Amino acid sequence: MRSRLRRSISQGAILDILFLNTTRVFAFLVFISLFGVMITLLMASMPTLEKFGLSFLTSDAWNPVTQEFGGLVPIYGTLVTSAIAMLIAVPVSFGIALFITELCPTLLKRPLGIAVELLAGIPSIIYGMWGLFVFAPFFADHAQPWINDHLGSLPVVGPLFQGPPMGIGMLTAGLILAIMVIPFIASVMRDVFEIVPPLLKESAYGLGATTWEVVWHVVLPYTKVGVIGGIMLGLGRALGETMAVTFVIGNAHELSTSLLMPGNTISSALANEFTEAVGELYTSSLITLGMLLFVITFIVLALAKILLIRLTAREGKTT
Amino acid sequence: MNRKNTLYLRRRFVNGFNLTLSMVTVAFALFFLGWILLTLIEHGFGDISLATFTQMTPPPGSEGGLLNAIVGSLLMVAVATLIGTPVGILAGTYLAEFGKTGWLAPGTRFINDILLSGPSIVIGLFVYELVVHRVGHFSGWAGAIALSLIVIPVVVRTSENMLLLVPNSLREAAAALGAPQWKVVMFVSYRAAKAGIITGILLAVARIFGETAPLLFTALNNQFWNTDMNAPMASLAVIIFQFAMSPYEDWHHLAWAGALLITLLVLGLNILARALFRRDVTHG
Repeated sequence: MRSRLRRSISQGAILDILFLNTTRVFAFLVFISLFGVMITLLMASMPTLEKFGLSFLTSDAWNPVTQEFGGLVPIYGTLVTSAIAMLIAVPVSFGIALFITELCPTLLKRPLGIAVELLAGIPSIIYGMWGLFVFAPFFADHAQPWINDHLGSLPVVGPLFQGPPMGIGMLTAGLILAIMVIPFIASVMRDVFEIVPPLLKESAYGLGATTWEVVWHVVLPYTKVGVIGGIMLGLGRALGETMAVTFVIGNAHELSTSLLMPGNTISSALANEFTEAVGELYTSSLITLGMLLFVITFIVLALAKILLIRLTAREGKTT
Repeated sequence: MNRKNTLYLRRRFVNGFNLTLSMVTVAFALFFLGWILLTLIEHGFGDISLATFTQMTPPPGSEGGLLNAIVGSLLMVAVATLIGTPVGILAGTYLAEFGKTGWLAPGTRFINDILLSGPSIVIGLFVYELVVHRVGHFSGWAGAIALSLIVIPVVVRTSENMLLLVPNSLREAAAALGAPQWKVVMFVSYRAAKAGIITGILLAVARIFGETAPLLFTALNNQFWNTDMNAPMASLAVIIFQFAMSPYEDWHHLAWAGALLITLLVLGLNILARALFRRDVTHG
């Protein structure tokens, strides 16, 4: 009797160790996968790095025939489209989060939350298709002539808005990216706005502050770190987004001042050219672009994560 | 008095103006959601027919459907879920149940969150280098592996969160009865967190159904009927991409039909997952 009990206890102990270590191995797998991706891509981009070195970052050449490759055009396109997207998405997301947390009647809260989540759930290829077939023609007919006339004649920024109304181009891509990342940023902002202790807000209201003043002077300073984290999260999405951009960017390896002109981003260059790339150097150059994208998004997302961790850490201390 | 009054009016005006703007932003987002869904419904329902589900993808200029793409998508999503779910749940278990000490749990959590929003096209490149380049040809397996790498972070995150919601008193009660830890996790924690974990899996499936970028360099595409995972394989998302980018009118129609199918499926799964989770939470 005793020995059976002892056996079952020691059996349990062995199984415990086994179970713990199985889960640990899988956690470790997830942990190293990121480094696996990094190392694999780095190795595959060695031929490019050896041939072009750092000039790959500053050269705008992209010629499979002469085997000249530089990443400037897609890198520029990626940064510009994401910047446009953030310029639009950040204020809009802030407005949505503000509406949901401060203004919205309780009855509407859930449906609105669901609508935002639906927007986040639509696959990116749908955004791309809608952009190409519906939004781009509409934009070319109704918005771009106006942009040409009114913004194109401005000093300094004028050249950014001059060009043929084609519909597709970097501005369109940026707009569609903005619509795509709004739900991600808005939902993080909503979540962090909701952790503001009611006591703080009520004190401000008690002093006679308006709703806007409460949000601007109490809620926003309190959640600043988290809001920036949410923005970075959205930026990470925008930088790496492929399908929504590929449809409308125009896939042109040219550096143009105008935002109405077609361009290229890292992800859409990959999507369009990778399977058709012939030769080691061409493939390797595309992989180098992919690696750059991975490194950029890694930095942005890591920053986002660190900021969000800092906010939750503070939340525990001050309340 | 007068100065006070103008200040008050200004504050009220700023408040009203900004709050109106906030309502405009909500309208802005809803407007685009409505526009996209309406476009899909308008084009999609007109282009969907029985042939969509019974015929193969056609060459340009002839009739056809999306059967091979639908089957390809289902196969790859199924395999990816089968690979990704156990890995994700086990890793999530480590984070929630054993992750109180040591460097591995916080490190994994950090990296998992980055993988969660990382660029999916890079996953495609990675699997291309890892599998396609070595084997020498594109295949359904490579596509499924790429998709499973997207499933894992989603399942890890939701599994960990759901296991953390399980009250510790349940675990303590089981441990007090003499259950070893593996039994506590298997028969108490998992059972209590079941609905939440399934929600996570459904969300992951919804996510990969619409993924295109990781399949472009792994499963590639296939115009013909194929259930051999060792050969290039069609998927709804890649077919939509190819057909929509083509200049052929009848391919565009099929692309719209596919787009509506994917959206309905993804949104349906999302809603199902949320309903399931909510029911579980409200019933305690």
